[in-house]
Amino acid sequence: MQSTDIVDRSSLRDDIPEFAPGDTVTVQVRVVEGTRERTQAFEGVVTRRKGSGIRETFTVRKISFGVGVERTFPIHSPIIAEIAVGARGDVRRAKLYYLRDRIGRAAKVREKRV
Amino acid sequence: MAVKGILGRKLGMTQIWDASNRVVPVTVIQAGPCRVVQLKTPERDGYCAVQMSFSPTKEKRISKPEMGHLAKASAEPSRELAELRVENLSGYEVGQVIGANIFSAGEKVDVTGISKGKGFTGVMQRHNFKGLSASHGTHRKHRSPGSIGACATPARVFKGMRMAGQHGNTKVTTQNLEVIEGDLERGLLLVRGAVPGPKGGLVFIRNAVKGPAVEFVLPSTEPLVEEEVAEADVAVVESEVEATTDGGDTE
Repeated sequence: MQSTDIVDRSSLRDDIPEFAPGDTVTVQVRVVEGTRERTQAFEGVVTRRKGSGIRETFTVRKISFGVGVERTFPIHSPIIAEIAVGARGDVRRAKLYYLRDRIGRAAKVREKRV
Repeated sequence: MAVKGILGRKLGMTQIWDASNRVVPVTVIQAGPCRVVQLKTPERDGYCAVQMSFSPTKEKRISKPEMGHLAKASAEPSRELAELRVENLSGYEVGQVIGANIFSAGEKVDVTGISKGKGFTGVMQRHNFKGLSASHGTHRKHRSPGSIGACATPARVFKGMRMAGQHGNTKVTTQNLEVIEGDLERGLLLVRGAVPGPKGGLVFIRNAVKGPAVEFVLPSTEPLVEEEVAEADVAVVESEVEATTDGGDTE
């Protein structure tokens, strides 16, 4: 227990589903355009989770028009409207940086068989 | 010169989200309650100051003279005493209780603390010197300061020449920090950015000397009134906080 937990408690979110590196997720991001607010989807593979508590972040990687794009979100950030977990990935690493060096089919993460 | 101030203990740093959903790094300070113990007047003491006590402790840990001094202001046994130099004493009274709500969001403050001690260190750590080259014939002098002056003229080393020595464990003030929140019922003060000293260290928070002019308007009775309301309303206040952090958006 950290002495600053009393401050963090109000900003921690409890509506975040369980997910791990290798999983495919769709993150609905709140975007403000002028006065209007809408959500924008960012779908890809989770390549890492980092930190703990209020500081925890996760990174989602996707291929957009042939270019690899990675986006890191604070997991408790209010800009995240929703995280939808798709396929669970079968991976042996906690940090999937090796995906950056791979192209095409080799960059795919196998789905976990239950 | 300062107008208002409060003593506190640094609890550590964390982050919160502001109204536009940006991360704000904050230092959490357990501030107050402080009791005004003595007023120093120009007639009697030659200067204006407010002496306040902080951090309750056991009576046996305090000497009798100190206890007598505190008793005059009907203050509880306290570990810390500090003086706030002020322009004038208007608004201050002996026995007043100062809470974390004397500062509100958006105000600028100076925070004074004792920095973390690093012991006797070399010039690279203490003054950010670059040291000497790693190669080119440098022999066992990689972290040394190099030359400290010329030869026959001036035939001495100038005063204030930066050299190795004690680093840290000194009184340091960080100026113009923004107050994010002053919370009376939890006794917490959230200040944007870092403040000097270790966790648990004593810090003195004063209104910024280089900031806009402020007035001391601490209501001497209001904290008591608010405390009663506060306990019933904690749940309401917390839900409001959540609402504000959930609202608004940014890219």
